Amino acid sequence: MKLLEINNCRKSFGELEVLKDISLSVDRGQVVSVIGPSGSGKSTLLRCATLLETMDGGDLIYHGRYAARSDSEGNSIYAPAKELRQIRSLFGLVFQNFNLFPHYSVLKNLTDAPCAVQKRNYEQVREEAMELLRKMGLEDKADAYPYQLSGGQQQRVSIARALAMKPEILFFDEPTSALDPELTGEILKVIRGLASEHMTMVIVTHEMMFARDVSDYLIFMDGGVIVEQGDPKSIINHPTQERTKAFLNRLLNQ
Amino acid sequence: MITTLAGGLLKSTAIFGLTLLGALPLGLLVAFGRMSNWMPFRRLARGALPAAGERSGFWRRLVFRVRHALAGFKPVQALVRLYISIMRGTPLMLQLMVVYFGPNLLLGISTGPNYRFTAVIVGFVLNYAAYFAEIYRSGIESMSAGQYEAAAVLGYGKSQTFFKIILPQVMKRILPSVTNEVVTLVKDTSLAFAISYSEMFTLAKKIASSQATLMPFVIAGIFYYIFNFLVAFIMERFEKKMSYYR
Repeated sequence: MKLLEINNCRKSFGELEVLKDISLSVDRGQVVSVIGPSGSGKSTLLRCATLLETMDGGDLIYHGRYAARSDSEGNSIYAPAKELRQIRSLFGLVFQNFNLFPHYSVLKNLTDAPCAVQKRNYEQVREEAMELLRKMGLEDKADAYPYQLSGGQQQRVSIARALAMKPEILFFDEPTSALDPELTGEILKVIRGLASEHMTMVIVTHEMMFARDVSDYLIFMDGGVIVEQGDPKSIINHPTQERTKAFLNRLLNQ
Repeated sequence: MITTLAGGLLKSTAIFGLTLLGALPLGLLVAFGRMSNWMPFRRLARGALPAAGERSGFWRRLVFRVRHALAGFKPVQALVRLYISIMRGTPLMLQLMVVYFGPNLLLGISTGPNYRFTAVIVGFVLNYAAYFAEIYRSGIESMSAGQYEAAAVLGYGKSQTFFKIILPQVMKRILPSVTNEVVTLVKDTSLAFAISYSEMFTLAKKIASSQATLMPFVIAGIFYYIFNFLVAFIMERFEKKMSYYR
């Protein structure tokens, strides 16, 4: 069962073509990692998938529902706002720099959207939110405000905030890049835990060894195209494309 | 003398309160207008600039340029920009006179005896809304795109995003600038003397000239100072109340 399908995605910023005919699909329970040098288009791809950016061309399909569909000339036509709103509830996104709501307590960061957007019952939402915080080891921080937390704690809150919406697929946009090296471990542990619960995830990351260990499928992007994709271990241990080799060498020689 | 001035102070306070009541919400509306990117003629920007050597190329190039200039025209923003620039660029005293005498002199509408107070309030609200609008705008534009994006991904609608996520944070950020403006407003209420509305300063002037003493000005000055002392105190309380987060 395909949860997410992107077909022939094109995206330009002015003259600059950032994504050139990208296609990918994600099955339920699959963990897909996207790696590549900065400027390769991987973040833009994620932003297109989460409707933060509009594609110029191509299809974007969640669970068989079209968020965008190519017309006969290959230009993306987006679904009406109401349909997009429903599709948004199918996915969650964890940002590189958390983007928690600073004026809300940790608990309210988790409960507000489920109540205000999904119109769910507060008591129930609150209970589930507390359960999520326990899972993240943050139950004693429910009444704290984001500024009182470390970067790693803030990122765990933002993962919990995304999970509180009960998404079917969770996107991560370089979730450890804004963290001190000693704090990345706790985030990677959380993501590993989610993978073991068969959460469907798409992870844009720089953590090569992590991507190799946690994901079922690896995509290497460069210059707006997918250069190489497939089994993570074979790509990282035995890359076939020159560009992949060069990228991995650069990383390993740092 | 003091009771007369205290009566005037009551009227000054009325100007102060009603101006805030009107200008704070109106300012937000004006700020929206100022940030409006509505371009009704956008569709005119089509095609490429005709090459210089072509037949009747000069006229076609001219038409092209005009069409493109018109396509980028933002009528709401332009109108609001003009409004703000006039409100900030001319004296409030003059604006009060225009509002008070304008309907009669320019439009021939006869204004009733109660119009004086209405004119004061309308003039103050229009003027202060322009200043508040720019303060709101500075606060709104200082918000990071990340807050909007987080809200969008979580499915908040446009107005939910603005009123639940953006505005509360904007309020905290702009509070010091708003305090500045509110303190100025207390003193500006004295400008109502331009159309002889009997607020405190107008009365002080009247008493001073009839009794040949500067005492009323001294007392009025003390009243203004105490008023602003309270304003500063209250605004500080607001700031403290909002300091639970960073």
